[in-house]
Amino acid sequence: MTPEAAIDRLKAQFSNAISAPVEFRGEFSITVPREKIAAICQFLKTECDFDMLTDLSGVDNYGEDPRYEVDYILYSLTHRCHLRLKVPVSEEDMIVDSVTSVWGTANWHEREAFDMFGIRFRNHPNLKRIIMWEGYPYHPLRKDFPLAGLPAELPETAVNADTVRSAPMLGGPFVAASGTRSSIRREPRQYDTMAEQEEKQTHPTKKESV
Amino acid sequence: MELIDSATRAQTAMDEALGSEKMIINMGPQHPSTHGVLRVVLELDGEEVVNVWPDIGYLHRGDEKIAENMTYTQFIPYTDRLDYLAPLANNVTYAYAVEKLMGMDVPPRCKYIRVICAELARISSHLLGLGSFAMDIGAMTVFLYLFREREKIYDMAECISGARFTTSYTRIGGLARDLTPEFIPMLRKFLKEFPATVDETDKLLTRNRIFCERTRGIGVLTKADAIDLGVTGPCLRGSGVDWDIRKSHPYSSYEDFDFEVPIGSVGDSYDRYLCRMEEMRQSVRILQQAVDNLPDGPVNSPDAKILLPDKEAVLTKMEELIHHFINVTEGINAPPGEIYFSAENPKGELGFFIVSKGGGTPHRLKIRAPSFVNLQALPVMARGHMMSDMVTILASIDFVMGECDR
Repeated sequence: MTPEAAIDRLKAQFSNAISAPVEFRGEFSITVPREKIAAICQFLKTECDFDMLTDLSGVDNYGEDPRYEVDYILYSLTHRCHLRLKVPVSEEDMIVDSVTSVWGTANWHEREAFDMFGIRFRNHPNLKRIIMWEGYPYHPLRKDFPLAGLPAELPETAVNADTVRSAPMLGGPFVAASGTRSSIRREPRQYDTMAEQEEKQTHPTKKESV
Repeated sequence: MELIDSATRAQTAMDEALGSEKMIINMGPQHPSTHGVLRVVLELDGEEVVNVWPDIGYLHRGDEKIAENMTYTQFIPYTDRLDYLAPLANNVTYAYAVEKLMGMDVPPRCKYIRVICAELARISSHLLGLGSFAMDIGAMTVFLYLFREREKIYDMAECISGARFTTSYTRIGGLARDLTPEFIPMLRKFLKEFPATVDETDKLLTRNRIFCERTRGIGVLTKADAIDLGVTGPCLRGSGVDWDIRKSHPYSSYEDFDFEVPIGSVGDSYDRYLCRMEEMRQSVRILQQAVDNLPDGPVNSPDAKILLPDKEAVLTKMEELIHHFINVTEGINAPPGEIYFSAENPKGELGFFIVSKGGGTPHRLKIRAPSFVNLQALPVMARGHMMSDMVTILASIDFVMGECDR
């Protein structure tokens, strides 16, 4: 089964939902509507032996309509061929059916597409951010997100700015005032050698440098 | 309606009485056994792992965003830092991906040298993977023995590219420079000495009672699960699937080489260990053939529009000067289109999905990282095992966070 044969079978099954195949550098890709993506993927897996989902990525075509696109790269271990599906996603309604039920590997890929672009996946078992932290407000791979990034609040951790008590002030326990002569005498500094220490003891009048 | 017998009733009563509460424990991003900055949240029932949630993203540097703002050649040093344990392999894969987009071919000498780079990177990565695997289990001597061999590979990488570690050796359409005269004798010497180290490690670990007890039957990934989860590389082959991109879609003249691909049977950590050991031996075989049959000729493709022209021509002729200027400032002119190219990296299938809308910078560069996908299989492998097996399983997947988080 070659990719062209798989596309022909898809066309027979789903008629006019499948676009004409585009061939570039020996690879075949077809554009499919997002309502049919789950059914198409299931068909390709069971009928055409595309048992592996190699990659799933979002693309932001800023300035075009529909703005986003989800690309699925399928692979068949038995027939040793790739096929690419492109699903256009418009900016107003950024939801696509999840294909996690077809290939388990789509789980993290879809989470990443959600994290980076904001494309939601219906029926995804755990649609949370995966690379950025939960609660990060932006979607970094969108074209209108600047390369330098935007300031955002860091995630809540066990040790946060409002839960940490700052160190006790001067005069409190275990805090020594620095720089005064009395403190130098109270807490003698580490000397390099025993000889220097002995010298200090034998010549106590020697002025200490502050 | 279920018939619950008295034994089951007694068991549930005992469980309730003992009140087995599950503990949720954090195996933090800073941990000697998580192989990088990986956070794993474990749900433990005593010592037994009930559930595992890997939490990634601690090494996210925005490589894909950066790629959209750089020319294709400028991105090469970033590929070093993806799988930073095998930088030469990433360089080779990226170069082939962009060359596929450009529709250009490289001369045979370049292909053979790239095979040498990729296989040296494979040996280097497996040495570290196996070394840290053994160290996590307790066999610390193996770690040091294998790292001594890695030093030799670093010396060779320095000879070939100038840097031990982040090599940035390949260019679009060729290599940064041809081999120096010292490289081939160094490589031959390494190939003579290296198999002895592999044999020594074999003697230390493969029939070692403690090693076997700690790795056999641990972290089993069935064939169906592995394919469903998109796992690639030694993890997939350890589970019994006969798939190696070097054999199924040969690139870079791999079809000229005679080598075998080790396949496991059970899919446990021991099988993955054996796969990596044997892959190192097969890499030595490939390297020997590459070195013996290295063709002469140019290393760079003759297409001057893609590669930088010779410096003498740049300084004396007008056309070459213009080409040099445009290549460096604007980048090579890629045709509009999308490609996906993947290669057999030591960790699995590293793929680059490049969407180009023309011009010198990619519109979208998605890095299909093997570690990202392989790590997804962690919950499936770890459920039901004990906490100490968690360490074994993490080490046997052999992921690297640099490419997982990008």
